[in-house]
Amino acid sequence: MKKLLSLASYVKPYWKQSVAALALLISVVAMDLAIPRLIQRIIDDGIAANNLKLVINTTLIMLTLSVLSAVFSIGMNYFSVYAGEGVARDLRDTLFSKIQSFSYGNLDRMVTGQLIVRLTSDISMLQRIVRMLLRIGTRAPLLMIGSLVLMFSTNPTLALSILPLLLVTGGLIVFFVSRMGSRYMIVQQKLDLLNTVLQENIAGVRVVKAFVRDRFESDRFKESNRNYTNESVKVMQLMALMSPSVMGMINIGIVAIIWIGGGQVIGGSFSLGEIVAFTNYLLTTMSPLMILVMISQVLASGSASAERICQVLDEEIEITDAPDAQEFPTEPEARVEFDHVKFFYNGHQQEIVLDGVTFRAEPGETVALLGATGAGKTTLVNLIPRFYDVSAGEIRIDGVDIRRLKQDEVISQVGLVPQETILFSGTVRENICYGKPGATDQEMIAAAKAAQAHDFIMELPNHYDTHVNQRGVNLSGGQKQRIAIARALLPQPRILIMDDSTSSVDVETEREIQSALDEVMKGKTSFVVAQRISTILNADKILVLDKGRIVAEGTHKELIASSSIYKEIYDSQLGAGLEIDKLQGEDHG
Amino acid sequence: MAENGQKEAGRNAVVSMRMNRWGSRIEKAKDPRIAVRKLMQYLRPHLPAFILIFLLVIAYTGLNLVGPYLMGVAIDQYISKADLAGLARISLWMLMAYVAASLFQAAGDRWMARVSQEILKQMRDDLFTHLQSLSLRFFDKSPSGDLMSRLTNDIDAINQAVSQNITSLFSSVLTLVGILVAMFLLNPWLALVSLFVAPIMFWFTGFIAKFTRIGFRELQAGLGNLNGVMEEAISGQRVVKAFRRNDSVMQNFRRANGKVYQAGLKANIYALLLMPITNVLGNFFVILLVGVGAALALQGLATVGLIATFISYGQHFIQPLRQLANMYNSIQAALAGAERIFEILETKPELQDADNAVSVSAFKGNVAFRDVDFGYLEDVPVIRSMSFQAHPGETIALVGPTGAGKTTIINLLKRFYDIDKGAIEIDGMDIRRIRKNDLRRKLGVVLQDTYLFSTTVLENIRYGRLDASDEECMRAAQMADADYFIRQLPNSYQTILSERGGNFSQGQRQLLAISRAILADPDILILDEATSSVDTRTEARIQKALLKLMHGRTSFVIAHRLSTIRDADKVLVINDGQIIEDGTHQDLLAKKGFYFNLYLSQFKGQQI
Repeated sequence: MKKLLSLASYVKPYWKQSVAALALLISVVAMDLAIPRLIQRIIDDGIAANNLKLVINTTLIMLTLSVLSAVFSIGMNYFSVYAGEGVARDLRDTLFSKIQSFSYGNLDRMVTGQLIVRLTSDISMLQRIVRMLLRIGTRAPLLMIGSLVLMFSTNPTLALSILPLLLVTGGLIVFFVSRMGSRYMIVQQKLDLLNTVLQENIAGVRVVKAFVRDRFESDRFKESNRNYTNESVKVMQLMALMSPSVMGMINIGIVAIIWIGGGQVIGGSFSLGEIVAFTNYLLTTMSPLMILVMISQVLASGSASAERICQVLDEEIEITDAPDAQEFPTEPEARVEFDHVKFFYNGHQQEIVLDGVTFRAEPGETVALLGATGAGKTTLVNLIPRFYDVSAGEIRIDGVDIRRLKQDEVISQVGLVPQETILFSGTVRENICYGKPGATDQEMIAAAKAAQAHDFIMELPNHYDTHVNQRGVNLSGGQKQRIAIARALLPQPRILIMDDSTSSVDVETEREIQSALDEVMKGKTSFVVAQRISTILNADKILVLDKGRIVAEGTHKELIASSSIYKEIYDSQLGAGLEIDKLQGEDHG
Repeated sequence: MAENGQKEAGRNAVVSMRMNRWGSRIEKAKDPRIAVRKLMQYLRPHLPAFILIFLLVIAYTGLNLVGPYLMGVAIDQYISKADLAGLARISLWMLMAYVAASLFQAAGDRWMARVSQEILKQMRDDLFTHLQSLSLRFFDKSPSGDLMSRLTNDIDAINQAVSQNITSLFSSVLTLVGILVAMFLLNPWLALVSLFVAPIMFWFTGFIAKFTRIGFRELQAGLGNLNGVMEEAISGQRVVKAFRRNDSVMQNFRRANGKVYQAGLKANIYALLLMPITNVLGNFFVILLVGVGAALALQGLATVGLIATFISYGQHFIQPLRQLANMYNSIQAALAGAERIFEILETKPELQDADNAVSVSAFKGNVAFRDVDFGYLEDVPVIRSMSFQAHPGETIALVGPTGAGKTTIINLLKRFYDIDKGAIEIDGMDIRRIRKNDLRRKLGVVLQDTYLFSTTVLENIRYGRLDASDEECMRAAQMADADYFIRQLPNSYQTILSERGGNFSQGQRQLLAISRAILADPDILILDEATSSVDTRTEARIQKALLKLMHGRTSFVIAHRLSTIRDADKVLVINDGQIIEDGTHQDLLAKKGFYFNLYLSQFKGQQI
């Protein structure tokens, strides 16, 4: 609830609309409350006194009021929608730009799917609250209080005798809602189970078929289905009781008014018109009870939404430029030094990923990183453009600690080919030029050629203007990867990072890319993370990482002679080296 | 590639699912009549229940209309005439009518809740059972996320319509008609007012509902677009950052956000108009009834009690009308959902067993492809006149570039698809003549990306053979060398896997798959070697386990490892759906052809 209030400031820019909506709303409620009174007047003063003029006048007044009420309602409606949509738009904007400013550490803590939920459902929930509070949410209680006041002022004894009924109805509703709430949770759980079975069977259809398990799975599904159905029948049967019981209570109230009120009319202390008015007020008192329930539910889920949104908004951005950040030279030499770098995720010492890494990459050198999954290779390269800050130690580019540089300028000198290829919907051209939107065709084609992508792009139906859709059906994994490589090369970065970039292409393509890259990497300080040893044999320096430490460093030739880990990896992948050697010898000889 | 596609499709489907929850998706069935007729088939077994429920609906709708009439009588006959005893009597009658109405309604609604859930349960069961019988071709065509959203959202849409709308549609129409009839019976003159107002109300409600639909369609499109922009930007956030494109992403977002804002204004202003306007129209109706009623009363053509009755009827008129307007969308959505569900239910299962299919309890392991042609799509051949032979106990390595057709061969062996031409024979028998389940049971597979279910480790292993005891499962794990890591898990064999085994490394998942295959004890084995991301020690373990598994069985291996290829009895080099070279590793190297080049390319630049 506190979080919900803290987001109230987003309504501020729309305070005029909000106030206008509320003002119109109060007038509409007043008019709604006046109508039973006027009906009473027609009956008591018009019909009883045989006064046609009064009947006509009062009817005309009522019609005018209801037309006015319609106009006001439309106005109120307009203002409340305006405020609601505005708040939603502003919140989305703030939230999205906050996400845009996140650094990698922040992103690690957030799950993509959840972020989207926050931007969509959570915000539309809050939007609903704004709209509701400016409309029915305020109208219902106002109408209720107004009717009660009028009931008590017309006939306190009758009103008092109705009051217990009102309390019982309120109690009934609270009972139903709380019972349903807990039952509904159970239904939701059963539904999740049911969906899990369904999901697993769709995604794992090959396994199910391969092991001939369709009967087994059908039984599993039927059981989940039965459980779910039983629970949902219980909830729905409970729900089926709610509306008739509330309606029943209202109707009992009407009977009570007729009976008790009728007796008073006979006794002369009450009028027929008042009875009719009273039944109307009863309706306007009791019906909002259901709406109040709805409001409390919306507010409850709204405060949960608000909490989730605030979680994103309150997230502290991990990496920002220092106030006295230095300009980075536009033509750096690109010497990269790691000096006793330690890194733990989320600042937990236990989750240490890099443990005292020290090495130096001279300008133009190619450094290859090798090691098992989880050895810290990807983390290491992600530290270079300062996607994360080191936990201890220092990383220097051309002798300057990167934390003292402007991050944007560092990033602009780093070309990154990430492990997972992500392309955006748009044309091939837009994707390749992603890092430099104003690039000329020549630059683009040069980059594509260097990445061995030009040839296949020219075979696509619209060449560089072929549309890449998100599902990527028109491109193979290897093709996407080559576009990603071209994208990284286009801005001519001085530092190049290739994170396992050739893993999803076949050996033939890999070789082609590799030979092109050897060309491209000349003059750039390059970092290559690789699973396959064959891709890094030419590196100036190979770093073998194990559990966050550099356990061996040197060229292939040095390492094969000195490092047992390196040799183990090498043997497991290439196996009988001697045989190959012999074979190549034969071939050349 | 296929896997990537699936993942991405799943993501898209998530977006569309969310859109459904967000706004009411408004869509129409192509042919509502057919959808209704088919839905009727599900309703028919419950016909007696429906008849009784409808009788209850008629009873409570009628009783609810009797109440206001009795109120009028009470005013005119007893209150006006100061008859206290009569007032008490008629009040009791009223009370009884109202209480009975509530009881009938509660009974009807409760019964309906059960019936509707039974119907949906039946529908889900049928759907699932039918899905199980569909061929892989169907699953290839339908992205899993999309399918999932269909099965959940569409059923949900039908649920809403069946459980809530059937009775309330009936009672709404009944109430409207009942009120009009009662009014004419009680006082034709005053009832004429309703003839004047009711059409305006009908028309107006329909008019607003229509505009709302148009508005929401635009909003929906806008939201879809905005969702796409956000989804893409957020899932690609790291790339956006790496290329410093935050500003242009923000610009795109603002444009889409602005459009949603405009569309939202328009749609909601119309949508939210329905409530206040119908309120006002309801008031209008009541006011006219009072005004005209009073004027008639002065002429002696009406009484106060009658006016009170009419007021009450007037107030009851607006609710069903509003409900009908709301119901329109939900019924449309249900019909559209039903149409898609019936589309699945009517998809014919492929690959039925022939009537004279042979039951087989064991294979010797002679496998032959004879001139096989196959394509997933018509006119796009994937396998072309392929022939080869494997003898019992042999290991056949399949080698070739990505997309050459290696996985397809496996799919065909398992008869996940039927071939277009030629024959595949096991022990000299065409596999189309063998009972599908026998064939699949006796052919074991270990795929590269193992699918695991979110249950215990033990149950995942048991998947290989359901009647295996716990001990047998564990023994299989020991043989697969998976036991050591399972025992290190927090709950050992009872550890529950998170969705799709996400808490396990790829190597561990593969060891579990091997355990599963060992337990299944197949006669013929199909393996896909892992290519990536397994550390060397685990890899050695996997290798060892696989060798154990392959021993004595005819095995087909999609090979990525030199040692596997070298140890194979025969290597098939596949390119473009054809076997272009075959023989042992040594034979093939000596040929210095395609294989030789493929082989060398892995080791280029190596100087020892």
